[in-house]
Amino acid sequence: MKAKFIQEKFFNLLMLLSTCIVVAFLGSILWTIIKYGIPSLSWEMVSSLPAGGFYLGGEGGVLNAIVGSLYIVGASTILGLLISIPIVFYTNIYLKKNSKIAYFVRLCFDVLYGIPSIVYGAFGFAIMIAMGLRTSLLGGIIVITLLIIPIMVRSMDEVASQISKDLLDATFSLGATRWETIKVVLYQIAPGIATATLLSIGRAIGDAAGVMFTAGFTDSIPTSLGQPAATLPLSIFFQLSSPSPEVRDRAYASALLLTLIVLVLSLAGRMIMRYFSKNKI
Amino acid sequence: MAGQISRIRLFKDKSAHIFMIGLTTISLLVLVLMGVGLWYKSRDVVAANSIWELLSSSVWKPNEGKFGFLPYIIGTVSITALSVIIALPISLLTAIFLTENARPWIKRFIFPVLDILAGIPSVIYGVWGTLIIVPFIADRLGPHFVEYTSGYSVLAGGIVMGIMILPLLVSLFVEIFSVIPNDLRDAAYSLGATKWQTSQKIILRKAAPGIIAAVVLAVSRALGETIAILMVCGNVAIIPENLFDSCYPLPALIANNYGEMLSIPIYESALMFATFILFFVILLFNAGSRILLQRVEKQYKLQ
Repeated sequence: MKAKFIQEKFFNLLMLLSTCIVVAFLGSILWTIIKYGIPSLSWEMVSSLPAGGFYLGGEGGVLNAIVGSLYIVGASTILGLLISIPIVFYTNIYLKKNSKIAYFVRLCFDVLYGIPSIVYGAFGFAIMIAMGLRTSLLGGIIVITLLIIPIMVRSMDEVASQISKDLLDATFSLGATRWETIKVVLYQIAPGIATATLLSIGRAIGDAAGVMFTAGFTDSIPTSLGQPAATLPLSIFFQLSSPSPEVRDRAYASALLLTLIVLVLSLAGRMIMRYFSKNKI
Repeated sequence: MAGQISRIRLFKDKSAHIFMIGLTTISLLVLVLMGVGLWYKSRDVVAANSIWELLSSSVWKPNEGKFGFLPYIIGTVSITALSVIIALPISLLTAIFLTENARPWIKRFIFPVLDILAGIPSVIYGVWGTLIIVPFIADRLGPHFVEYTSGYSVLAGGIVMGIMILPLLVSLFVEIFSVIPNDLRDAAYSLGATKWQTSQKIILRKAAPGIIAAVVLAVSRALGETIAILMVCGNVAIIPENLFDSCYPLPALIANNYGEMLSIPIYESALMFATFILFFVILLFNAGSRILLQRVEKQYKLQ
């Protein structure tokens, strides 16, 4: 057999191997999280507050973190959508296809997308101090909103830039203003909005560095925007370093919970993408 | 009447225009504000120590106002370099496999796997790292090479970070490889080249600028990763001598100390300087690689 065929066989094997490694990594991560999480995941865990302090007390659950995460993620997703849909609409409909401004705007959002959440968190906290705010739900919401706007803009923009020019021309020729084409455009980018939303929820719910300084941590559920709020990733992070095994169990249970949420979001993303695609021209 | 309606409609169109320009500008101003704000906040420490001193010294005495970031910078750089060394071969081979060899059903299986890997929060990677990788290094791998290691090491950080950038690298590579025109492949096959020879001599060479850009993007992701690395790298402010030593990357420094150190203004300023370094380097890397990637893709599409 010629050397090149041996080489071919060898590298095919290597490629298969590295693909298997990638799958194995995911398998190992999921298996570990499930193995440690299942024994401690219970109804009490998701429905009660930590008793006797989150760090040392062994009783209770992580309801504070679940509710805190939901508040922050919910509010910042809505705010993010309200801000990013107009931006996408502006760059794709109001600006021309090869516009320099649109190019610059996209590049800036790409860069913003790449800025790590610890920088957002530290910057946000510095601003909060300057304005005399303390760690609070509001601070967390603002920082997470800033964090997810670039994700939303870029993933919606990918769909919006595919809208055919003929479709827009057709609406213009019927006498629609640029603003009025939004009715058509929204239908076309609906799958983009759905996936962008799910992507951002996934990123927002899993982010720890951004909320570390801004939302803080607490054992109770915040009742106003000015109070600190706990989040799932931080509750995992803090409780994992506790000396008490019961508290560490709570961290494992929260880790499983967070992983499940992310998995469901990823699955839902695929299904919604398939469902919405039928409106596409 | 008709004229009035169209005037209202035009007014709506115009005001929406202004509103949207405003919204876009404000969101982009965040980038400028961040840069200016972080620099403004770090001016105290820069005034007290020169920038060169801050970057090259390893004396860390906050009470005397001495801040040497060298151990932290080396920690960050070594973890990042290691993660790229681990992830690059795996992701290149996987991406070639997916674009050149894989049957459709394999792709249908692998792409969701990559999606999920990319979506798993970094704190989960951290939990996995402390439960699996750290004990593995401490008990199995470490004793072969060094006398003692806690497992919380540069190597643990590099492995965890390597897996975290895998999905990003693979999806970027797949995107780059799939815009390379098929004519090139056909030409190589018709000359008797095997699939691997084509991949190696045509695809990889043709995609080289794109590959570099993708790696730079992955590096900028790795530089800023905080929680997962913080959990597995040990957080000891020394210059690591080997892979089994602990280290203390910049983001971990910020995460562990910021918020508590507000009583000492110059300490806060030093941490802001650390944040500024991260921001500035990542900004440059990101902008550079994005511009390069766009050029590369455009170039192939024209061919």
